Amino acid sequence: MRGNAADLELRRPASLEEALELLAQDPELKVLAGGTELLVRHEDGSLGPARLLDLSALKELKQIRRVGDELEIGAGVCYADIQAHPDVIARLPLLVQAAEQTGARAIQERGTLGGNVANASPAADSVPVLLALGVGLLLRSRTAERRLPLDEFFLDYRRTALRPDELITALRLPLTPPPLQYFRKVGTRRAQAISKVALAAAGRWTARGLECRVALASVAPVPLRCRELEAFLAVEAGRGDWKERAARQLMDGLRPIDDIRSTAAYRRQVAGNLLLAFLRRAEAGRPGQDGR
Amino acid sequence: MPEPVVLRVTLNGEPRELSCLPGERLLDLLRGLGLTGVKEGCGEGECGACAVLLDGRLVNSCLVSALQADGATLLTIEGAGQDRELAAVQAAFAERGGVQCGICTPGMVLAAGALLKRSAQPAEEEIRRALAGNLCRCTGYVRVVDSVLAAAERLGPPDPSAQE
Repeated sequence: MRGNAADLELRRPASLEEALELLAQDPELKVLAGGTELLVRHEDGSLGPARLLDLSALKELKQIRRVGDELEIGAGVCYADIQAHPDVIARLPLLVQAAEQTGARAIQERGTLGGNVANASPAADSVPVLLALGVGLLLRSRTAERRLPLDEFFLDYRRTALRPDELITALRLPLTPPPLQYFRKVGTRRAQAISKVALAAAGRWTARGLECRVALASVAPVPLRCRELEAFLAVEAGRGDWKERAARQLMDGLRPIDDIRSTAAYRRQVAGNLLLAFLRRAEAGRPGQDGR
Repeated sequence: MPEPVVLRVTLNGEPRELSCLPGERLLDLLRGLGLTGVKEGCGEGECGACAVLLDGRLVNSCLVSALQADGATLLTIEGAGQDRELAAVQAAFAERGGVQCGICTPGMVLAAGALLKRSAQPAEEEIRRALAGNLCRCTGYVRVVDSVLAAAERLGPPDPSAQE
């Protein structure tokens, strides 16, 4: 054991109200959700002495329920429970896929969606899928509650729009997402690996083109939504060599880095390949293209 | 120095009151009690050697703070004999050569037992996915997977009277 047990102070509130009160009094508290990131950083010494606010006892954050035409997933719901929930299985298969590919089972039993978002890693597995599905975050402090689109949450490397006295309490996802969906994570091995590149997309054909959201992990300081590419596809999809032009545009715009997991060149190329895979699938699913 | 904290758990079937430091890992608490079947491999949730069942869920005890187990039911490999699925997996590992040096074995058995509780007749691919977080550095996974298949076959379909 390398981390020092005496360096950690851990508060374990029994209710969300109590947690928000503690956070209001001491905004330096670091929030502990599933512990699959923070406790690794404690163990390798990079966290240092810290006061932790442990949310693992809060049942309020572990619910999945329908609210109007949305599914509300509590920020403390773990990946294993996401994979097993009937509404998620029936309505959001892309999210099931992301949950199955995040870590291995023992990580999936602890890691939470809220933690994955708040941790703001550029390599976060679930986040590209959440961006593609158009998730709204519910953020709460002791005195206020607000809703923020996920794509406005990530400001810079590991910097988010979350205020020091706020917690992510839940995520809201559309119960009827667009029909064309794609997610592919590329890592060193199929399970348990941190991604070299991941791409998620969700969309539908319109009279003009392909209306979709496309998001990438591990190619930028933040999980990246590709707005320019989306604008291109909205009007150009279906015309001439549109798939190749889209992939070129994406690759030209990316500025990934070389690091221990991969190289910039590999990441750019694979991002383009994954986009092409999605676009080919989208083309095959285009109304009127299958002889109907 | 922070004050020790008392937590109440059911550990391998017995109610226990345990004293821990607020920042102590569940892994160190359990090993300190003599439960040395809980192994430390990587200390960062990659290898699965420190796996235990916490309220029936497979977790890496290196990534659980001891305090987070307050009120929980814990099962380590030392308690596997009390459990229908875990006992069957344990026996199959012994019979089929699923054990090599033994460091990864407790985690493998717990991960496989947890799988058989949620999916009584898993396909090979499902077994491989369920054990993806348990690393063996001796020889490989063929006999491990064979052992889990054999345990599932011996257990048969889920026992309806065991359902809640």
